[in-house]
Amino acid sequence: MSLPAEAKTLFMGVGSVLVVATAIGQALAWHAGDRPSNLVQNLNQRIFAWWVMVGLIGLAFLFGKGGTILLFAFISFGALREFLSLTHTRRGDHWTLLVAFFIGIPLQYYLIWIDWYGLYSILVPVYGFLVLPILSAVRGDPTRFLERVAFVQWAVMIAVYCVSHIPALLTLDIPGYNGKQLLLVAYLIIVVQGSDVLQYVFGTLFGKHKIAPVLSPSKTWEGLIGGIASAVGVGTALWWITPFSPLQAMGMSMVLCVMGFMGGLVMSAIKRDRGVKDWGHMIAGHGGMLDRTDSVIFAAPVFFHFTRYWFTP
Amino acid sequence: MIKRLAARVIGMSVAGFARALTGVLPNWRGCLPEARQRVYFANHASHGDFVLIWTVLPHALRRATRPVAAVDYWGGGVRGFIGREVFNAVLVDRSGATREPISVIMEAMEQGASLIIFPEGTRNTGDQLLLPFKSGLYRMASARPDIEFVPVWIDNIRRVMPKGEFLPVPLLCSVTFGEPLAVKPGQDKDAFLTEARDAMLALRPGRSAA
Repeated sequence: MSLPAEAKTLFMGVGSVLVVATAIGQALAWHAGDRPSNLVQNLNQRIFAWWVMVGLIGLAFLFGKGGTILLFAFISFGALREFLSLTHTRRGDHWTLLVAFFIGIPLQYYLIWIDWYGLYSILVPVYGFLVLPILSAVRGDPTRFLERVAFVQWAVMIAVYCVSHIPALLTLDIPGYNGKQLLLVAYLIIVVQGSDVLQYVFGTLFGKHKIAPVLSPSKTWEGLIGGIASAVGVGTALWWITPFSPLQAMGMSMVLCVMGFMGGLVMSAIKRDRGVKDWGHMIAGHGGMLDRTDSVIFAAPVFFHFTRYWFTP
Repeated sequence: MIKRLAARVIGMSVAGFARALTGVLPNWRGCLPEARQRVYFANHASHGDFVLIWTVLPHALRRATRPVAAVDYWGGGVRGFIGREVFNAVLVDRSGATREPISVIMEAMEQGASLIIFPEGTRNTGDQLLLPFKSGLYRMASARPDIEFVPVWIDNIRRVMPKGEFLPVPLLCSVTFGEPLAVKPGQDKDAFLTEARDAMLALRPGRSAA
């Protein structure tokens, strides 16, 4: 799978946006002199992390399907580790966790590599659902059993199953679009992450009315509406890299943005419940892997199935 | 020469493996990583404990910092090589059959080494946060008031490698360093050990910086 021509244009576009963002961020920091505000520091950390992320995705794309699958397998590993670190698993869950990490992740991504849709789409929700609690039960510790088992299953669904639907887009056989599926991955990430960034920008500039003051105090109606409207604009304007018509691209990006927002809300609720602000500390300025990918995680399976249902024979 | 090189390579691999598995990061909350003689005292839940502390120390400090380890586990075979050559461990016999552990530890302090010790004396595999402390920490601190005694909290390692399992699970760990303690004039053993214990517990993640 060689890089489609559109990919170069796309990366140049994303690169230019980052160059402009970096220039603005550095100008703000220079203007502030010795003591840039937390906001400016945070902004520049985010921009730097963006360069790294775009670089990683670009590198993975150069290696085609294999590189992309491998990249997301590692993202699953990091995300699962962050998620499970916040749980109360006990010694009796040790085998369960080992299987989730060292059999679950490789198997799920191998199945995507060999394009066995019938199995990778049910591996976690059917076999994982049944096998993981069995492994915990045979170790014989009933303390908070359901809570432990439920947490592990949730973690695997989010961090392995949902994340794996991003590279699974590469297996979709869309008429007239063969060899271009990497663009669908890029489209998903640009629209959903773009929506996150734009919600942050609109929220910082105009945010007044909080949507969920308890769950996520930084989310405002102004940010949500401005962010989603502009991200849908971006998603519509990028229709030429997708198999969709402009109108279809608009509907699809609307769904992506709403799912992404809701994903952020759900994951915030879990963080509040566990009493933490961030999932981890992997990415400076972004918290953990899950803090950055929560929206894409919720949008990916829906995007995959909508595209599969309406655009493949 | 070859032995030194092997020790070096194994040391780097162990630290790299610990990082890849646990994403461990140091949190220097109460002091900074300085090249001065210190005793780091930490909670003990797993054989990986001193490896994590050692991993998060800057390279320059690693060489001068020696973990105090039990000879019955770290004494012989491959573990013996790793314990002696890689970590330069101060090996003590907990049964006290050959020499009293405290005199071995005192001797290492006399030679100027920084130490990593576990005042609980044994691995805590139960549900309590900490086991009762042994008196060694107090004896060390009262004998050497010139050395900084730094409380350390290692979080989550127990779940990475529970007792009796041999394959580790990747989970995030953290190592938090607190403010150095010293025995105050007239402070008795129990008061000092309670203070040390509270200082460690205050470092658990999720507690605000004291």
